[in-house]
Amino acid sequence: MKGFGRYVIFLGSLFVRRESFKTYYNLTLEECIQIGLKSVLLFMLVSTFMGAVTTIQTAANLVSPFVPRFVIAQVVREMTVLELAPTIMAVIFAGKVGSSMAGGLGTMRITEQIDALEVMGINASSYLVLPKIIAALLMYPLLVIVSGVCAILGGYIVGSLTGALTPTEYIYGIRYTFNPYFITFALTKSFTFAFLISSISSFKGYFTNGGALEVGIASTNAVTTSIIAVLLSDYFLAYLLL
Amino acid sequence: MIKIKNISKTFGDKTVLSGISGEFEKGKTNLIIGSSGTGKSVLLKCIVGLFQPDTGSVFFDLRNFTEADKEMKSEIRREIGMLFQGGALFDSKNVEENVMFPLDILTRMNPEEKIERVNFCLKRVGLEGVNKKKPSEISGGMKKRVGIARAIVNNPNYLFCDEPNSGLDPQTSILIDELIMEITHEFDITTVVVTHDMNSVLGIGEKIMFLYKGSKLWEGSNNDLTHSGVKELDDFVFTNKVMRSLKGS
Ligand SMILES: Nc1ncnc2c1ncn2[C@@H]1O[C@H](COP(=O)(O)OP(=O)(O)O)[C@@H](O)[C@H]1O
Ligand SMILES: [Mg+2]
Repeated sequence: MKGFGRYVIFLGSLFVRRESFKTYYNLTLEECIQIGLKSVLLFMLVSTFMGAVTTIQTAANLVSPFVPRFVIAQVVREMTVLELAPTIMAVIFAGKVGSSMAGGLGTMRITEQIDALEVMGINASSYLVLPKIIAALLMYPLLVIVSGVCAILGGYIVGSLTGALTPTEYIYGIRYTFNPYFITFALTKSFTFAFLISSISSFKGYFTNGGALEVGIASTNAVTTSIIAVLLSDYFLAYLLL
Repeated sequence: MIKIKNISKTFGDKTVLSGISGEFEKGKTNLIIGSSGTGKSVLLKCIVGLFQPDTGSVFFDLRNFTEADKEMKSEIRREIGMLFQGGALFDSKNVEENVMFPLDILTRMNPEEKIERVNFCLKRVGLEGVNKKKPSEISGGMKKRVGIARAIVNNPNYLFCDEPNSGLDPQTSILIDELIMEITHEFDITTVVVTHDMNSVLGIGEKIMFLYKGSKLWEGSNNDLTHSGVKELDDFVFTNKVMRSLKGS
């Protein structure tokens, strides 16, 4: 509870005494490259496989002759949009981006780089963390969209290769009774998760004290805490918005 | 000149500094000495405003820094340069960008002026041709030099150094100490150096404040160091064999 209070104060501190807009713009751009470009391949790889696996497993389960095969594609679509792309990818995002945010900030803390910024009169939390959060908010939804597309493509390829369903059936299934609200829901989830992961990880890293060992611990804590936060908020968002 | 009055600081229920007052003179290397864990770094951080002291005030040439408003604070901050224990260079920036950073943040110089000033400072600390190297690619002594260059790049009136020669070999330590002293005299800066290294104390200690368990026990010049009559200071000074033999003679 005390930790939560400090987290809220930390979030508040991000918005006081800011540098020039141009400084933030440049920093955010750098972070976008760090976060976006460096994770996109991993995201594409994981989601393509997830789409493929979902297709095969759904096909294996739907053996009833009364269920048309395009339903497989429909299931893949719903799974991808609602859960696989935004939530499972959030776990990967926490592992890749969250841990490196916490590790980077923790290292800056213990090597006094944060103090060096503060001595120059810079609000270090805002200077270092705000760009990371904004970049995560910009990049994570994009990564989720890319993942969604890759997962559906993965399903398409595997479905055609294994003969589980024909490309025509697959495309028909993907488009069948599509509810666009689910996309809005997925994007809402993406923004929420991006914020939670980037802010929690930054918080854990920023308040590291000690040495290299503590940086490692902060990094691990960042990942576990963000994942728990993501899963909890996933539940509440589903409860509130669906 | 920097004046501190009655500085106290506690963390939780642990009193780290109790009622420290004193003065650091302009154009001199003022030392804060004492064994590890006595609160030297905490005192330095209270002075530069990284910690808010529980009681007391810090005056930079009669300007009360502790109670200053935002504008006055940033005006004083502009005049402060600080060298941290490990150099505290920004990992993601190269040497040149590190030294230029305070100019980017604190001044409106144009790029040519900045680069000229950066090269002047790098040359002053004896580093040339490493502008594009990353901190991870240079030695500990070079990092300290870059740290000094970054600390003096914006023409500070006050220079703070926390253990400038920790982690360096004795020869490099002396060079760094001398560099700090030369710069202090050359630019007439009020320099405050935290150290527990007796070589530095004897070499560059023009004015010395001795801390013991969070209190100031003695103040004076290095000429008077060996006959202070303060037991704790004697224990600190004469742990070293060479020093002990000096005392005997
Ligand atoms: N941020 C902090 N929180 C709690 N205790 C601290 C903090 N910084 C320093 N201390 C404590 O203050 C004491 C003095 O530390 P320090 O000033 O670093 O000693 P030194 O004289 O070696 O520089 C130490 O016991 C340390 O544990
Ligand atoms: Mg110290």
